[in-house]
Amino acid sequence: MTSTDTEPVAYPFNEATSLHLSDRYALIRDQDGLPRVRLPYGEDAWLVTRYADARLVLGDSRFSRAESVRHDEPRQSEGRLTGGLLSMDPPEHARLRTLVAKAFTVRRVEKLRPEIRALAEDLLRDMTEAGPPADLVDDFALPLPVGVICRLLGVPEADRPRFRVWSDNALSTSSLTAEQFEASRNELRAYMAGLIDQHRAHPADDLMTALIEARDDRDRLSELELVDLCVGILVAGHETTASQIPNFLCVLLDHPEQFARLREDPSLVAGAVEELLRFVPLGVGAGQPRYATEDIDVSGTLVRAGDPVLVAIGAANRDALRFDRSGKLDITRTNNSHLGFGHGVHHCLGAPLARVELQEALRALLGMLPGVRLAGDIDWKTAMLVRGPRSMPVRW
Amino acid sequence: MTWRVEIDRDVCIGSGMCAGMAPSVFELENERSRAAAEQIDPQEAALDAADSCPALAITLLDEDGEVVGPRP
Ligand code: HEM
Ligand code: SF4
Repeated sequence: MTSTDTEPVAYPFNEATSLHLSDRYALIRDQDGLPRVRLPYGEDAWLVTRYADARLVLGDSRFSRAESVRHDEPRQSEGRLTGGLLSMDPPEHARLRTLVAKAFTVRRVEKLRPEIRALAEDLLRDMTEAGPPADLVDDFALPLPVGVICRLLGVPEADRPRFRVWSDNALSTSSLTAEQFEASRNELRAYMAGLIDQHRAHPADDLMTALIEARDDRDRLSELELVDLCVGILVAGHETTASQIPNFLCVLLDHPEQFARLREDPSLVAGAVEELLRFVPLGVGAGQPRYATEDIDVSGTLVRAGDPVLVAIGAANRDALRFDRSGKLDITRTNNSHLGFGHGVHHCLGAPLARVELQEALRALLGMLPGVRLAGDIDWKTAMLVRGPRSMPVRW
Repeated sequence: MTWRVEIDRDVCIGSGMCAGMAPSVFELENERSRAAAEQIDPQEAALDAADSCPALAITLLDEDGEVVGPRP
C-alpha cells in the first residue's frame, strides 16, 4: 500500500510539441499503487494510468466532479473552468445532459453525414484550386468542425475569429492570470447571451432554440446554465476535433504502411478512426480530477474521501493488459473500447458527431489528396490543454 | 407497477453513461451494458439513462409493454 507522504512528482509529463506519450507513464503503469503528482496549480493528486483503474474512477459514482468546485482542484492554469456539464454530478448532471443528449445520438448525427461530407469536400476543393502549399489547420481541420457546430447550435460562422480567441483562452495553460481568464470567459458568456436573445426574438431550427424552449416553457434550466451549456458545446465542439484531424494525419504520415492500406481500402476508415483515438494521447496531461466521496481502494492505494484523482486517458489507452501490442498502431484492431472519449456519465456528449467528422475528414483526404505530405515544419500549439498543430503546411 | 429494462448489446458502445447515472439498474459486463435486474421500480434515473444513451440502446417498458423511455 502506497502511503500519502511520498514526495509528489511534477506533472504533466507530455511535451506540448509532439504527440509522444511520455515514457514516464509506462514506468508508473507497471508499478504497484498510484503515484502522487503535483500540478502547476491546486492541490496534489493521485494519478491513474491503467485501463481498469481509469474505467473505475471515471465510471463509479463514488468519484465526483462537482466536489472539485469546493476544492483547490489540481490544474495546469491559474484560472479554472467551472460551470457546465463537466462540473456536475448526477442527478443534477442528468437534468442538463438529457436536454442535449438527443441532439447528439448516433442516429441523429448520422443524418448530418451527407452535409458533413459535402463540407469536407468543398474545403478540400477550395484548397486544391488555390494550389499547394496549404495550411491543413486553417484551411480544413478548423473550418470543418466549426462549420458543423455553428450550424447545429445556431452560431454565425462569421464570428469565428471572435470566438476562436475566447475558446483558445478557455483551454489555455499559458500566462493568462486568473483575472484575464475570467474576463475572457465573461466576454464569451456575454456574446452567447446576446445570441440567445436574438434566438428568443427569432426562433430557428437549431439546438439553441430548443434549449431556450426548455428554459422558457419548461423551466428545466437557469439562464446561466443555458449560457454555459451553449458555451461548453461551442468550445468542446470544435477545438478537440480541429486538433485531432491534423494529429491523425501526422500519425498516419509516420506509419506509411498503415496509411497505404487505408488508401487502398477506405472501408477501413471507421476502424482507423477508433484506433487513432486510442493511439493519440491528446492531452498534455490529465485534467478534470475526480474527487473521492468515500475511502476507496484503487489498485492497492487507499484513496481517502476528499482526495482528487487524475485519469491519464492517453496512458490507459496504451495499457498492455487491455490492448495487444498496445504501443503499435493497428488500424484493423478489433474490440477497441478505448477511452478517447472518456467513460461514465461525462462520456463525451459529442462523440457520435466527432466520429462522423473525423471519418469524413479522413475519407475526403484519402480520396482527394491521396499524396498529401508535409510541406514544412509543423508549428505545435503550446500552452494549450489539448495538443495539436497550430499550423501544418502540406502539399499533395 | 414495475418496468422492464431492455438493452440492445449489439448497438451499445459501452460508454458507461447508464451505469454511472443509474448504478442499481445498469451494470457493465465485458465493457457492454446489461440490466442489473429484470424488473425495476419506476424511477427518474433510469429514464435519464435511457434518454442519454448515445447509442439509443436502452428501452424501458411498463407492464403493458408500452415504451416509457427513452422519452420522445
Ligand atoms: C475528437 C474529438 C473529441 C474528443 C477527443 C473529445 C473528448 C472528450 C472527453 C475525453 C470527454 C470527457 C472528459 C472527462 O470526463 O473529464 C469529453 C466530454 C465532453 N465533450 Fe468531447 N470530445 C470531442 C469532440 C466533442 C464534440 C464535437 C463535442 C460537441 C458537442 C463535444 C462535447 C463534449 C461535452 C459537452 C463534454 C462534457 C460532457 C459531460 O460532462 O457530460 N466533444 N470529450
Ligand atoms: S449508455 Fe447506452 S451505449 Fe452507454 S453503456 Fe449504457 S447502453 Fe451502452
